[in-house]
Amino acid sequence: MKTSHEPLAHIAKRDGMAWWKGWLIRIAAALLALGVSALFIYSLTKMNPVKVYGAMWNGAFGTTKRTWVTLRDTMMLLCIGVGLAPAFKMRFWNIGAEGQVLVGGCATAAVMIYCPGLPTWVILLIGIVVSLIAGAVWGIIPAMFKARWNTNETLFTLMMNYIAIQLTCFLVAKWENPYGSNTVGIINQSTKAGWFPALFGQQYGWNIVLVLAVTVAMYLYLKYSKHGYEIAVVGQSENTARYAGISVKRVIVRTMALSGAVCGLAGFVAVAGASHTISTSTAGGRGFTAIIVAWMAKFNTFVMILIALLLVFLEKGATQIASQFNLNDYASNVVTGIILFFLLGSEFFINYTVHFRRREKEAKA
Amino acid sequence: MAEEYAVKMVDITKTFGTVTANDRVCLELKKGEILSLLGENGSGKTTLMNMLSGIYFPDSGHIFVDGQEVTIASPHDAYTLGIGMVHQHFKLVDVLTAAENIELGLPGKLVVDRKAIARRIREICDRYGFVVEPEKKVYDMSVSEKQTLEIVKTLCRGANVLILDEPTAVLTPQETERLFAVMRNMKADGKSIIIITHKLHEVLEISDRVAVLRKGAYVGDMTTAGADTQTLSDMMVGRAVNLNIERAAPENPVRRLELRHLTVKDADGVLRLDDINLDVNGGEILGVAGISGCGQKELLEAIAGLQDTEEGSSVRYYPQSPEGPGEELIGQNPRTIADMGVRLAFVPENRLGMGLVGSMDLADNMMLKSYREGRGAFTDRKPPHRLAESVVEELEVVTPSISTPVRRLSGGNVQKVLVGREIAANPTVLLSAYAVRGLDINTSYTIYRLLNEQKKAGVAVLYVGEDLDVLLELCDKIAVLCGGRLSGILDARTATKEQVGFMMTNVAGAEREEDKA
Amino acid sequence: MTSLISLLNNAVIFGTVILYGAIGEIITEKSGNLNLGVPGIMYLGGIAGLATAFYYEMLAANPIGVVSLLLSFVAAFLAAALGGLIYSFLTITLRANQNVTGLTLTIFGAGLANLYGGSLNKLAGGVGQISVSLTSRTYRAYFSGLANLGVPGKLLFSYGFMAYLAIVIALIASWVLNRTRVGLNLRAVGEDPATADAAGIHVTKYKYLATCLGAGISGLGGLYYCMDYIKGTWTTDSTIEALGWLAVALVIFATWKPARAIWSAYLFGVLYWAYNYISGLTRASIELFKMLPYVVTIVVLIVVSMRHSKESQPPESLGQSYFREER
Repeated sequence: MKTSHEPLAHIAKRDGMAWWKGWLIRIAAALLALGVSALFIYSLTKMNPVKVYGAMWNGAFGTTKRTWVTLRDTMMLLCIGVGLAPAFKMRFWNIGAEGQVLVGGCATAAVMIYCPGLPTWVILLIGIVVSLIAGAVWGIIPAMFKARWNTNETLFTLMMNYIAIQLTCFLVAKWENPYGSNTVGIINQSTKAGWFPALFGQQYGWNIVLVLAVTVAMYLYLKYSKHGYEIAVVGQSENTARYAGISVKRVIVRTMALSGAVCGLAGFVAVAGASHTISTSTAGGRGFTAIIVAWMAKFNTFVMILIALLLVFLEKGATQIASQFNLNDYASNVVTGIILFFLLGSEFFINYTVHFRRREKEAKA
Repeated sequence: MAEEYAVKMVDITKTFGTVTANDRVCLELKKGEILSLLGENGSGKTTLMNMLSGIYFPDSGHIFVDGQEVTIASPHDAYTLGIGMVHQHFKLVDVLTAAENIELGLPGKLVVDRKAIARRIREICDRYGFVVEPEKKVYDMSVSEKQTLEIVKTLCRGANVLILDEPTAVLTPQETERLFAVMRNMKADGKSIIIITHKLHEVLEISDRVAVLRKGAYVGDMTTAGADTQTLSDMMVGRAVNLNIERAAPENPVRRLELRHLTVKDADGVLRLDDINLDVNGGEILGVAGISGCGQKELLEAIAGLQDTEEGSSVRYYPQSPEGPGEELIGQNPRTIADMGVRLAFVPENRLGMGLVGSMDLADNMMLKSYREGRGAFTDRKPPHRLAESVVEELEVVTPSISTPVRRLSGGNVQKVLVGREIAANPTVLLSAYAVRGLDINTSYTIYRLLNEQKKAGVAVLYVGEDLDVLLELCDKIAVLCGGRLSGILDARTATKEQVGFMMTNVAGAEREEDKA
Repeated sequence: MTSLISLLNNAVIFGTVILYGAIGEIITEKSGNLNLGVPGIMYLGGIAGLATAFYYEMLAANPIGVVSLLLSFVAAFLAAALGGLIYSFLTITLRANQNVTGLTLTIFGAGLANLYGGSLNKLAGGVGQISVSLTSRTYRAYFSGLANLGVPGKLLFSYGFMAYLAIVIALIASWVLNRTRVGLNLRAVGEDPATADAAGIHVTKYKYLATCLGAGISGLGGLYYCMDYIKGTWTTDSTIEALGWLAVALVIFATWKPARAIWSAYLFGVLYWAYNYISGLTRASIELFKMLPYVVTIVVLIVVSMRHSKESQPPESLGQSYFREER
């Protein structure tokens, strides 16, 4: 009788691993990825791989200004990741951060454009409120359909991104300045109305304070609040949530409102606190990158700081090398992709064990 | 020489983590016989059969088919060896037709020839007496139709050895008769069949031989001609059944719950509960007996506010005495029931999928129902922390710490955590479903003791169970369900096992209604 | 009349790009893999095809259009399939999350393509753009005899071969999925991998093959974009990404049916270009018009979930990795 051979490797689910071992594996994966990235850069530039990292460090932290830009962009990515955390913890695939950031940014830009005469702090307050609302609305729409008809949220939020992108293009065309440039230009360049004021003499001081405050608040919300507890239960099992008397639909809608709102706030920070203009690159793909940040951090907002910093460091570093060698900025996307592939793959070795079987020869005989 | 045995399994061992599901089990199946594989829930029957059908791979042991040693690493291997299994959860693709499901995974020409499949299905149906519509989509089928399709599927694949995992659990008595008829036809045709069951009368009715498993180990086998239910149940449970569960006389029972015309239909419009009228008294344990899936789950969930009910259903709760006004629980949800001041404890059948959150630790699970307590937006973690510590200590829960996710505890400890939490809320009504399923003897007795303590404290206890001996020794009254209807209420002190068993399969008055029809 | 014809012509060309993307993604999703890396894969296909044609035209003494076409076609398919292989290895073998892996592939693919595309532009002479005019002309060649047959000729026969190939691939995909054993098994894998496994279907093999083949086909969308839509050049921007997401939208709009994707793709094309042919639109309202394909996709998504029709749902196991011994 013909029989197939015994499976060579047997994969089993691992039931929890010491946290430090898990981190050791992740760090090993990150180092491996850095090695591969160095090889990649070497293949493009023939630059000494060791020098590559020196140059990257220089690109990210070489000057005070670069350091602050790195921090500013880290905060932006972090803010979106923090916004995604509650949705992901609820196992709701909010792929729509890109759109939520943009509508928040558009709302902020609208306030800056239409009320330039108000005092800056009033503009900022209104900006916060409208960007929160705009982002929340963008989050609530797919959530309501998910709650009522179980409409696939991954695809719904994905489509909402492009509606937001087109909306942004529409507003850019409407607000364009100067006419024919197809950009909005720097809003209130002379008056700086609605711009973040400097904090401790630093232009991006408020960005850091605001985003870190949101990060801490979200950490506390998810870990210690009643809402956070409900989100965790709904994410684990809707059946258990019903058993505990939790209204699953309400939690879904409320959580997505919050998730969208924080992403909208990221749009506010980007417009009022960084670029002072609005375009589709206000989000510029960060909404997608942040999904990966939130996922890798396993919803822990403090871990997100590290991952966001790592990604922005790579981005800035790769951009620096690219400009030295007359390449374009997309080099950073490649390096980001490589490191994320490795980190994603490393999760397997944390969650599963592989046993290799030795064939029992005598049994066959 | 013709081989006498179709299948031989020798010294099969399979472990899942720390749990040994099968411990050096041996099993033989002769050609052309129907073998019953008997054992209680959790005795390892399904695991053993899953290794024969390629779902699991044994840790050690040998399998022989037709006298040849074989390795079954995948379901594909099993079916090339002529082994087919009908699982309890049907392995059918909903959006495909009957014919497509049968054709799935088979070798053959690139283009699927629908007519040829239909012809083959008809051939097999005619031979054994099945009815299958080839072009019907699975999502339009009844449970019985799906099961028939599963059997036809394995036959179409040329199975000579057929494994049926608790096939009658989902069938009506008439459907069961039809199934047994085709099983006899298949046997006459030379097929070998293993039927997993824990219903003794079925073992005696259908099989030639019976093999018994107990707690993952092989106990023995005998021909059914020389067996009776007593010897079989002794083999299954291990020793003469004398449980010695203490039972106090109920002290002045008062009516706590009054169920009237309770009717439940599922999403497909099938009646799950049909006009149930039942009183549950404080200070008593009311047992609920019935074949699994006869409405037990719906009964408990309807009371707990988790199940939609039909017009006219009523569950009234009497806080003090039946003379009081009483409060209607139908139309409420668990939260509003709690807000009404009804202290309702519920130990559901699905412990980690409903009663607890597997990935949360003990302390967090303790506040599943009470997390809203206290003012402000934040939870107060101290009370659940203390409660977790006291449950661990009092119920002797084996756990590394109270910050261990409950998913990592063994089944018995999970149940202790769940029961401990529910009892800690000082309930007036305690609902429990299969509270000792899968638990070892010691833990089971702990659960019995806890239920008895609740009864003495005046709690109305509803105990849905599957072990009739336990029901008869633990409960004060037994309500017997059959196909969603209440076939009667017995005094547990005087009722016999036979009485309960009979009522589980026959609804009083059913004959009369059938006459009318 | 002429403007209507040119609208339809544009719609077909636009629709063909996303039709490739969508057909590939339908095949992938039928195996239960939600590959959000479609935009990245289309980038990979586009740049690989373009770069191959570029080097061939530059290095060969007497470049022949058909040879260049074949080389670039194969290169585009393989590069895109390689992207699918990365995704497959991570999600199927290493069981990484599908959404996150797909998005990463999009970032990676867009980065790699634009990086090389940018360098190619520089290689081509510093200021200018690369142009593989010979290859592009071959891609865009059509029978002028047929195309000159008045309105029907212009409407039906004025496209390069890849526009027809897309229809053929869609019809073949539809036939394979619905009529053949391979398609039946593939659908079962995507609906219910455990059942397919129990039926003796090699789930992992099917997932790998469907994902890599699907990625290869999606990649042809990028190739068609470079060779036909923008006539053998490269622009370093995010247009392909936008088209890639539109391809994902098209999968939903066509409710996972390849044959329905054909006319849906052209409808998307009409919706996308309609602004050109409606008078009185400002540049701002044009942008609102471009929103239409996404809005109708959302409407379809909602209607499908409300009607709860079993026939129009996404594959049941979409987005989940399969592990046999899960218990």
